[in-house]
Amino acid sequence: MELSKEQSEFLHRQKKEKLQVRCMQWFIFLGFLILWELSADFEWINSFIFCSPSIVARCFWEMLQEGSLFTHIGITLLETLVSFSIVILGSILIAILLWWNPKLSKILEPYLVILNSLPKSALAPILIVWLGANYKTIIVCAISVAVFGSILNIYTGFVTVEADKLKLIKTLGGNRLDCLRLVVIPASLENILSVMKVNIGLCLVGVIIGEFLAARAGLGYLIIYGSQVFKMDWVLLGILLLCIIAIILYALLHALEKQMKY
Amino acid sequence: MQPMLELCNVGYTYHTTAGETVALKDISFSVDSGEFVSIVGPSGCGKSTLLNIIAGLLPLSQGELLINGMPRDDYTEPIGYMLQKDHLLEWRTIYRNITLGLEIQKKLTPEAKVLIDNMLKTYGLYDFRNSYPRHLSGGMRQRAALIRTLALSPKLLLLDEPFSALDYQTRLHVADDIGNILHQQKITTLLVTHDLSEAISMSDRVLVLSSRPAQLKADYTISLSVEPKTPSTARNAPEFRDYFNAVWKEVDHGTIERAI
Repeated sequence: MELSKEQSEFLHRQKKEKLQVRCMQWFIFLGFLILWELSADFEWINSFIFCSPSIVARCFWEMLQEGSLFTHIGITLLETLVSFSIVILGSILIAILLWWNPKLSKILEPYLVILNSLPKSALAPILIVWLGANYKTIIVCAISVAVFGSILNIYTGFVTVEADKLKLIKTLGGNRLDCLRLVVIPASLENILSVMKVNIGLCLVGVIIGEFLAARAGLGYLIIYGSQVFKMDWVLLGILLLCIIAIILYALLHALEKQMKY
Repeated sequence: MQPMLELCNVGYTYHTTAGETVALKDISFSVDSGEFVSIVGPSGCGKSTLLNIIAGLLPLSQGELLINGMPRDDYTEPIGYMLQKDHLLEWRTIYRNITLGLEIQKKLTPEAKVLIDNMLKTYGLYDFRNSYPRHLSGGMRQRAALIRTLALSPKLLLLDEPFSALDYQTRLHVADDIGNILHQQKITTLLVTHDLSEAISMSDRVLVLSSRPAQLKADYTISLSVEPKTPSTARNAPEFRDYFNAVWKEVDHGTIERAI
């Protein structure tokens, strides 16, 4: 189809604006790196404390070659994915239970609200005492960060499904299980996905809190140990890798969300 | 002839912590097989409560209710119920929405599929059977909801203001469509509405309920001298105006919404 002149001009303007935004984003990122590198090279800042992009890059290359980088990334990633899976499956199951039994949900509501608003990092020291300084503590810590909010959000999604849709199922002769499988769960899929998007980040936070306190490997360990022995390149590399992992995990869920759109 | 539906002194009271509200009081009427009966009344008078009791969604606590001569709880055949909105499930295709009731009752037989295909063709939705509800107009969605209800082959159909969510133009069209379909299939129908013209033009009888607690105030048998009688031609019948005025006087004024 032939585009009108106005339409093609409009599209051209849109494209131009998108390009400008991208350029500025890269400009800020590269500008920051260059400024950082130059200030370290000319000793405007103390490169022992503030490090520099080239030192971090060298550190990355060395750890990549000796292979320890993969161990750290792998362990953090594994812990995050394990706790994330437990959080999502667990909170869907518990939300179903609460939906099924309104009296139970009334009884448990204050407990869930309190546990959800409690700063979970306060629990980590107790977890170490109870479970020991190992991966169990880290996973439980990550679960505790994400699970209560996740239950509340998924449950709220369940109970806000239009009451008339449930009435419809009843008029068609369906029971409560039919309501759950035909209306409540399909209607909540979108909400569950957005809860998942929030939770993947929260699990990562929980894993890092756990690793700060109870790990011998992982990116959280790399960061905390690096800061203790003043190896700032480890600290910054750890943070950078966490950023990248967070972006990739979020992008994966985002792609899944797009797939699910009917 | 055995009436399809018989109510004898049916009443209903809602209980909340703030107190109790008598919604229905001593309602008695009967509907013959194949009859189309409308119930009008001021909004909030308990019309929907009455339908919910007949459908079995609310328990019958006062009075007696017979369907096809049997007490309510012994009548196990499907009762069709159409709500205000179509409530098509957005994640299912039109076809899968229509088969919802059959799926729930595990009655999705080859014969039922043939019946559905025929209805889809008759009501102009066959080409849209694999579309999602959001691609259909309001009128088409309401017709799809009707097919979903009729797919269970109910002998008794309850309509709770099924056209009120549609705009005026579509509303007339859909009322015409659905009125004709139901008259052809001779399904006993109980329509709750607050649109008096709609009630008079579609029904064999119009029942008027009082405001809360709802009691039966009047029972009009509608006979209009037009051929063929469809909801839209009925509005041109010479008697239409008289019925309208008579019903209008019975309904409590001031509380009725969108009467004309």
